[in-house]
Amino acid sequence: MYVADSRANADPSAAGTTGTTGITGTLGTTGTTARVSAAIAPTVFALGAVSLITDVSSEMVTAVLPLYLVTGLGLSPLGFGLLDGIYNGFSALVRLAGGHLADRGGGRHKWVAGIGYAVSAACKPLLLLAHTLTPIGLVLAADRTGKGLRTAPRDALISLSSTPENRGRAFGVHRAMDTAGALLGPLVAFLILRATVDGYDAVFTVSFCVAVVGVLVLVLFVPGSSSTAAPRTEKAARERVVGEKAVREGAVGEQAVRPTLRAAFALLARRDLRRITVCALLLGLATVSDSFVYLLLQRRLGVPDRWFALLPLGTAAAFLLLAVPLGRLADRVGRWRVFLAGHGTLLTAYALLLTSWHGTALPYAVLLLHGGFYAATDGVLMAAASDSVPEQLRSSGLALVQTGQAAARFVCSLGFGAAWTLWGDRTALMASAVALAVCAVFALTLHPGRTVLEPVS
Amino acid sequence: MTLRNRVLVLVAAVAALAVVALASVLHASARAERRNETQPGGPKITAGRITLTTPGTMVFRNMAWGPHRDELTTVPASDPSGPRTAAGVKCLRFYASSGTGVCLQAVHGTVTDTYRALILDANLKETARYDVPGIPSRARVSPTGHFAAWTAFVGGDSYAGTNFSTRAAIVDTRTGKLIPTLESFRIVKDGHVYHAADVNFWGVTFASDDRTFYATLATKGSTYLVRGDLRARTVTTIHTNVECPSLSPDGTRIAFKKRVKGLPKDAPWHLYVLNLRTMRETSLAEPRSVDDQAVWRDDHTIVYAMPGDYGADLYSVTADGTGRARRISGAAVSPAFLR
Repeated sequence: MYVADSRANADPSAAGTTGTTGITGTLGTTGTTARVSAAIAPTVFALGAVSLITDVSSEMVTAVLPLYLVTGLGLSPLGFGLLDGIYNGFSALVRLAGGHLADRGGGRHKWVAGIGYAVSAACKPLLLLAHTLTPIGLVLAADRTGKGLRTAPRDALISLSSTPENRGRAFGVHRAMDTAGALLGPLVAFLILRATVDGYDAVFTVSFCVAVVGVLVLVLFVPGSSSTAAPRTEKAARERVVGEKAVREGAVGEQAVRPTLRAAFALLARRDLRRITVCALLLGLATVSDSFVYLLLQRRLGVPDRWFALLPLGTAAAFLLLAVPLGRLADRVGRWRVFLAGHGTLLTAYALLLTSWHGTALPYAVLLLHGGFYAATDGVLMAAASDSVPEQLRSSGLALVQTGQAAARFVCSLGFGAAWTLWGDRTALMASAVALAVCAVFALTLHPGRTVLEPVS
Repeated sequence: MTLRNRVLVLVAAVAALAVVALASVLHASARAERRNETQPGGPKITAGRITLTTPGTMVFRNMAWGPHRDELTTVPASDPSGPRTAAGVKCLRFYASSGTGVCLQAVHGTVTDTYRALILDANLKETARYDVPGIPSRARVSPTGHFAAWTAFVGGDSYAGTNFSTRAAIVDTRTGKLIPTLESFRIVKDGHVYHAADVNFWGVTFASDDRTFYATLATKGSTYLVRGDLRARTVTTIHTNVECPSLSPDGTRIAFKKRVKGLPKDAPWHLYVLNLRTMRETSLAEPRSVDDQAVWRDDHTIVYAMPGDYGADLYSVTADGTGRARRISGAAVSPAFLR
């Protein structure tokens, strides 16, 4: 069988989602800690809330879509994913465009992100009207366009409203809240289906209402421009550490950079960002997509069929629990180290899948490592990349890195599928493990951004 | 805007949206009650006993609204639109042969629905049950009653994911031994052993020798008719562009749906019959796209479901390509003809 290769197609931030624990925990820290710079900005919580709410809305739909297509509409879902490949390329373009548009005009991040959220929200009622494959495909494509559009500006907003010292944690908090939404969404959807008969229309309507709340929270509680957004902007933070070691060659220039399209691509001329992008790309090329991981778990470790659908929840739960601690760790010991260690975690998960040991704890261990991999890499990579991109181009820069990584993962899933066909699952996984190890060693030697990626304080 | 005002705007909006959301849920749950009321003009249904060994009857899932919705019901095969007898067993998909039935059911859990397959004896008593890993799609029992098979759709885990895979399982009803997925069988394609990650099987149909079966294999965007061997645990491709095969009672022909070029993407299939000796295809007289694993009423007539007002209606057409498609029963799906 072949499960949709999902997260390779979606952007990296889509990977998981979740976390009210983060809110209270971190707010508590805010109250007690003496170091003001360690506090997470309210904007980050606002964006986290937007992502949480939006993920509840979108995962509600995702969870019932297979049922709806097969039992609600009586469609045969096989082959429905044909558009995915084509759309993949388009999605990358949308993300780059979203990043660029957000940077133009001096930080329109909020509004570009807002349009992205609004487009996705508007798609939900359209699902009520679409009853055949082509319109449904178009609605889903529009939904994903909205997602592509908003990802980079949102991450830019997070990075702009945090300081270099606490950026890893800020992204961790956001990703944890995001993942919480993704875990809650299916639950809400099934409660509605339980209370009704064929209540797909109710699921879509509720999903729309929830999505509108998400857009409203963004409009009302996320500040419009980064300078008003965060009292402690990055610039202020940098000024504090100027004269220490932070700002050196390759570090973010303080001089004004005009956010043109050319400037966006010229970012790749910066050594740090180029190295980060290359490393993310190389490591992405050896990152087997989630669906294959679950398939391998089932085949190699004999996970029973009825647990199959729950495997992604395991990854998400681990991601939720580990996102904040690992984000903090990244702030303390260096983002690049944690990012690479995250790939070490993935390598360990591969190794466990390759062993012939069949303990009952093994699937849990693999899922924990898999979620840990996302917690150590997803937000952390954005935090690391933020350090090497000037504020004026933050959105474009993050979009570049995300797109490179997503494209690499897509290529990897195609390659992995082909390797599986040629050599079987074990050999294909072995090859991926070797490739991952080689890429990780290479990334280690490149050591991008030694200057900025090490802890600032 | 002050923080206070912003919070007020949000609270007001959330209240308004909550009303909309609640109204939609209430509207959808009111539908449940409507469906439990018998529709005027619908088929007459009475509760009664069903045995899977009564020749000349058609057993199917009743979809007519009322107290017996979704239950297994029977009618005389000679009067398929006549009064129905309902047995109180609810199935999404069903098939029966030689006194053995397979019933694919939804189990409503607290958090999600799960699915299971029940093996039923001639009195519809459960003899075994198995987990089904996804949304049930096809069900079959071998002519001997010794084997049962089912197919389920297993969803991907992607964001707005639209890719699905299928899982086809076969169980020996005498020993209870389950083959959870045909993907564990060795695939021989065009004379060579074939491996691929994207292999999907669906639509199993059995021959009467308790060894041979046929099914659809899909890989790399193409579908194939495979002949399977339960003892050697192999499947061999024998024809292309075949989905949901159904073997005739005499074992000489296969009814199937074929993806025809030029038809709309939403409705791409046309019904055909393949002669296994000559490998010649005959186009059947049903002009619409059919998405069902057809059943053979006898060696000359094919019965299949089409979308209808209450979910699905049953139609029949002759197997030699002549004649016209005829609606034989409304609000019915998953028929099995007992012989």
